[in-house]
Amino acid sequence: MLLLERRPVDSTLMRWTSPVLALVLTVITGFVLFMAMGKDPVEGLTFFFITPVSDLIGLAELGLKMAPLLLCAAGLTVCYRAKLWNIGAEGHFLMGALGASVVAVQLVDVSGFWVLPVVLVAGIVAGMLWAAIAAGLKTHLNCNEILTTIMLNYIALNLLLYAVHGPLKDPYGFGFPQSVMFGDAALLPDLIPGTRLHLGLAFGLLAAVSVWVLFARSFIGFQLNVVGQDQRAAAFAGFSARRLTWFAFLVGGATAGLAGASEVTGPIGQLVPQVSPGYGYTAIIVVFLGRMHALGIIAASALLALTFIGGEMLQIAMNMPKAITGLFQGLLLFYLLTCDAFIHYRIRLKQPAIKPTPKAVTAATQES
Amino acid sequence: MELLINVLAATVVAGTPLLLAALGELICERSGVLNLGQEGMMLMGAVAGFVATLTSGSLVVGVAAAILAGIAMSLLFAFMAVTLAANQYAAGLALTIFGIGLSAFVGAGFVGESIDGFSRVAIPLLSDIPLIGRVLFDQDPLVYMSLVAFVAVWVFLRHTRGGLLLRAVGEDPEAANANGLKVLVVRYLAVAFGGGMAGLAGAYLSLAYTPMWTENMTAGRGWIALALVVFATWRPERVVLGAYLFGAASILHLVLQGLGWNISTELLAMLPYVVTILMLVLLSFNPARTRLNTPLSLGQPYRPGR
Repeated sequence: MLLLERRPVDSTLMRWTSPVLALVLTVITGFVLFMAMGKDPVEGLTFFFITPVSDLIGLAELGLKMAPLLLCAAGLTVCYRAKLWNIGAEGHFLMGALGASVVAVQLVDVSGFWVLPVVLVAGIVAGMLWAAIAAGLKTHLNCNEILTTIMLNYIALNLLLYAVHGPLKDPYGFGFPQSVMFGDAALLPDLIPGTRLHLGLAFGLLAAVSVWVLFARSFIGFQLNVVGQDQRAAAFAGFSARRLTWFAFLVGGATAGLAGASEVTGPIGQLVPQVSPGYGYTAIIVVFLGRMHALGIIAASALLALTFIGGEMLQIAMNMPKAITGLFQGLLLFYLLTCDAFIHYRIRLKQPAIKPTPKAVTAATQES
Repeated sequence: MELLINVLAATVVAGTPLLLAALGELICERSGVLNLGQEGMMLMGAVAGFVATLTSGSLVVGVAAAILAGIAMSLLFAFMAVTLAANQYAAGLALTIFGIGLSAFVGAGFVGESIDGFSRVAIPLLSDIPLIGRVLFDQDPLVYMSLVAFVAVWVFLRHTRGGLLLRAVGEDPEAANANGLKVLVVRYLAVAFGGGMAGLAGAYLSLAYTPMWTENMTAGRGWIALALVVFATWRPERVVLGAYLFGAASILHLVLQGLGWNISTELLAMLPYVVTILMLVLLSFNPARTRLNTPLSLGQPYRPGR
């Protein structure tokens, strides 16, 4: 029988091979899935993973989807390092989009270089305010942050729906629940002319670098790490868990808020109900897959951005349901956590209870 | 009076999926395992129940398929969280994300299809009791199942040896193990029960509440059920009260619209989520009670023979 045994020291090798292994297992599962559906698996996987990024337009689209994921994931990394289970990036994102839109709609006819920064800051502030609710509930009322942030996500979604059906609705929009198109001054500039890739990706990369600096070079990053690893040790060292919680949540809210603001001022250009295909939730996978490390989350956000485009590609090219995106994302996280178990544990053949053979005895002594 | 009865009956209907899921999660958490995958298991139950009913034409088959789907999902979770001793928060989240994706994928071809869902069956005699009879005993069979499940869970926890063993494992797995209890087996069974109930809760949505399938049709009910268990401080009788309270919050907008109030649907649709947060706040005023009732080993993986 197989026995799971705790490693004396966590395996660094496994820590970094685990995401790769998870991806391999996901691809294998995808292969089997395509066969089961009677589709050509090689063709399917090519359409999913390769075709979308085989030209400049495709790469630009990848960057476009990477931007919100990277921004949300950077903020969540700060929370998760401190073991604050903030699931609310989706809500912060939606509020960021809503906050930016409220300001942008007032400034449709205004031109000036200050319009865009004001709109973006509005999004950041809205995201931070939304995160502050969860932070306050956590630090002052001791409410579980998982439950409160999830609930706040649903409330944020309904607020956004209310806005596009009510106060922000375009009166000349033929009854569609959406805001007016923003003025040119409120739109993010393109990074590569001729594509939809905009400045949001630069924000995302900047956020990832900032996370690296925070944890590698700053005292507050060190404090966050300590709180995450051992709360008692942090308390003895005099680190204020309350202050760190507020810091982590506000950073999470700010980055996800900026992501939402960049989305409405970037590729969309107005507020629509389906502003997020679940970026805030997918960012959770990005953080885990990226090992809560700046470089890791950049790579992971590229991979998960690919699952969004790949899903759309499969829908167009092979008439498969778009939901395959969510399925692949779920599988990936699932395999990742399974593989992660082997960071702390290793498998050993259970030794027979009766009369150990000399071989097993030597193995056991070598073990200890 | 007629209006009151209708509102109360609708409250029970809206509260039933929460009750089913929360009862399952209650048993699961009493064994020391926190399964945040409720939403994912419910969705899989909903889609499995709907597809099975549509293809077989039988609601019974649908319900069975939903329960099995819920159990299958929960076993995946148990493998990670119990066998591999993974972080239960992360594993539960993974289960939810996986369930949302898988259910949308499986159900993609069935959006827009319709079935004849469960209809109401009045229980003779019981349904003649004034007020309560119409509210509780003139409902669809799944509502009766939820009531039976409540009584069964209550009796199991309070008055049976099995319930005692379950609580022992949840409070102190080391001691339970020392007494010869197979902790991992108990936890597997508890997680599987939670999965089956979540699957059933999902079936209630897709076979009775709104007989159809849409992506993400649980709309956060799995999470509300999780909050409900905390709010009920792991007591089944309080779970019932809480479930119907949330049921009331989620149909309030229908009542208000019926009364001619002109409030936006989107704003009213927030109510159940706002109420959930308010309940958590309310609970925080008495932290000692929560602490006393929380299963001691909740959320901590157990490795035998450490």
